[in-house]
Amino acid sequence: MADTLARSTVEIGYGGSERLTMNMGPQHPSAHGVFRAILTLEGETVVAIDAVIGYLHRCHEKLAETLTYVQYPTIASKTDYVSAMTAELAYVAAVELVGKIDVPRRAQYLRVICAELQRIASHCLWLGTWCMDMGGALGGGATIFLYAIRERELILDLFETLTGARLLYGFHQVGGTRYDIPAGWAQQCRETLAVITQRLGEYEAMLEANAFFLVRTQGVGVISRDLAEHVGVAGPLLRGSGVAYDLRTAAPYSSYEDFGVRVPVESAGDCFARYRVRMAEFRESIRLVHAALDGLPEGPISSRPGVKSVGQVRIPKGEGYSRVEGARGEVGCYLVADGGPKPYRLKWRGASFSNLAVLPHIIPGHKVADVVAIMGSVDPVFGEVDR
Amino acid sequence: MPPLAYHALVGFIVLNVVIGMVTYVTLLERKFAARMQSRIGPYYVGPRGLLQPIADALKLMLKEDIVPARADRFIYNLAPIAFLLPCILIFATLPFAPGLGVADLNIGVLFFLAVSSLEIVGLFMGGWGSNNKYALLSAMRAVNQIISYDLPFVFAAFVPVLLAGSLQMSAIVEAQRGLWFVAYPVIGQLAFVLFLIATLAAENRVPFDILEAESELVAGFRVEYSGMKFALIQLGEYAHMIGTSFLGALLFLGGWLGPGADTPLVGALWFLLKAMLVFLVVTWVRWSFVRIRVDHILAVSWKLLLPATLVLLLLTGFLVAARGPHAG
Repeated sequence: MADTLARSTVEIGYGGSERLTMNMGPQHPSAHGVFRAILTLEGETVVAIDAVIGYLHRCHEKLAETLTYVQYPTIASKTDYVSAMTAELAYVAAVELVGKIDVPRRAQYLRVICAELQRIASHCLWLGTWCMDMGGALGGGATIFLYAIRERELILDLFETLTGARLLYGFHQVGGTRYDIPAGWAQQCRETLAVITQRLGEYEAMLEANAFFLVRTQGVGVISRDLAEHVGVAGPLLRGSGVAYDLRTAAPYSSYEDFGVRVPVESAGDCFARYRVRMAEFRESIRLVHAALDGLPEGPISSRPGVKSVGQVRIPKGEGYSRVEGARGEVGCYLVADGGPKPYRLKWRGASFSNLAVLPHIIPGHKVADVVAIMGSVDPVFGEVDR
Repeated sequence: MPPLAYHALVGFIVLNVVIGMVTYVTLLERKFAARMQSRIGPYYVGPRGLLQPIADALKLMLKEDIVPARADRFIYNLAPIAFLLPCILIFATLPFAPGLGVADLNIGVLFFLAVSSLEIVGLFMGGWGSNNKYALLSAMRAVNQIISYDLPFVFAAFVPVLLAGSLQMSAIVEAQRGLWFVAYPVIGQLAFVLFLIATLAAENRVPFDILEAESELVAGFRVEYSGMKFALIQLGEYAHMIGTSFLGALLFLGGWLGPGADTPLVGALWFLLKAMLVFLVVTWVRWSFVRIRVDHILAVSWKLLLPATLVLLLLTGFLVAARGPHAG
């Protein structure tokens, strides 16, 4: 649809009614990495968008075939580098599914704690970058961005204490987790979450009482329920369009059924609804971390004995698909094992990729300024789109 | 001293003071923004970062000057000057203290408003001459916005003019000896708020900075400028902003009036202080709002600000007619 329109444009002349083709990206302040949108404009209105991806393609799936089950979890996190724990979890869950490996309860709870902290950290970055898209790096947007990054850093401090890394963690391993929480970590975690809970209220006060923010987000980029289901968007986008679908309740994994996850849903489907969903998810994640810390069982953190070489973990022949609810939606990992120490084939389902597919359906008809607001509300991470 | 030489000397001094002030106001804004964002702000260059503006200016002077291959060279090169000139020229009629100014014209306010809206010419030249789509879109937006906002800006500025019964800046200040116009019941506060909003738009600040809009148009009309030309545009923008802040302080906050204001230097200090206050309010707004969309900006201007300022001006007119022009 968008393609034919975008290709049949005329360069702007002097008549005033011509269409203008404008490139947004791959090098652009609001490209969220390396996304190229070829916009066709009539004045300020976008009539067509042609999305070009692939600038960050790193052959991730092929790479997975060359690395063993011991090596790859640390690399898996590089698909979505903003929430690295998600892909790690999806990968080890796939291996455990195919290999029929049990995961100790303590490890499952630790995974939940990390997944939810990661969701908070990822949403912090989303809030900051989205507001920066709308508010300008030299304006109020930068203020929110710096506030949100400040909170993300607190979570990263927790991860650093836990794993020694701040971006790509290597926390998960087949059969459990690599690290147990150190002494005092639970207390530090609770204090951090108390700080974040308080600041969330400040953000909401700052944004939702701001008429300019409301006017930029309400009624902008509406994804109808039908469209959301038709295109296959996931995560906060889907829940912002009135579909109460969350893998943590729909297909619980890693003991999520113990916590009674409450799924926030908004029905408006616009940018503001997606914002509301994510703000509610912040609070829900905080509650889940508290619950998991409270109920953290004693016991081993991994069912796998220590290995002496990277090729020591072998998975019997078989295939399986595991999926987890990441910060951006459903992250899936399809794994085919041939009995060796490496996967025979691996396929990632990135949430950002399928979410991005909704853009050509909702952007035409909006103003140029709305393009960045909508794109920010979709929250794509291009490491995950291009892999 | 012959009058011409005197004016030339004063003009020279004012020009240099203005440019110096503009450079340092950038530091003030950066420090202020840093406070708002829980950062420290510039502090490497010189004690507490005090030499940062100079370092910035030096850096920009040393940068390579690039002219895009397909640009309209003449217009492209002329644009920064055409942009800067009116922005500096507005200081010509500002009296900083009684008798301390380049030219206290009897139509000072009119001159200020007329010249300050000329910046759009340089801006559009830059956007057009760059031969860049972002710059072109930004220039179009600029024309839209500045035409829409100059009207409420002028109308809001004319409320004090009506109250004082004069277009001469020093006379407006003198008329506020009893009561600053911002303290004038209802009318003063309304006019001041409307003036501030229109100021934001006329200065292209967030939330009305759609022509810069770096998340959409990268840097708007100045996207192709580098080095000294970029510095000139920056200078013009900040000069315009400070000039407007001074105008706001003069029209509504009593200009140089204050304790000990009869000494010219103390008066000038008071004036500077008030202007910086206005500037910081503008900066505060800038660093706490998101940008609004072009169609909303036009709607706000034509549907809200323009009728509001018109009604206000009319009310002021009735009031002045009822009480006589110089009751103050």
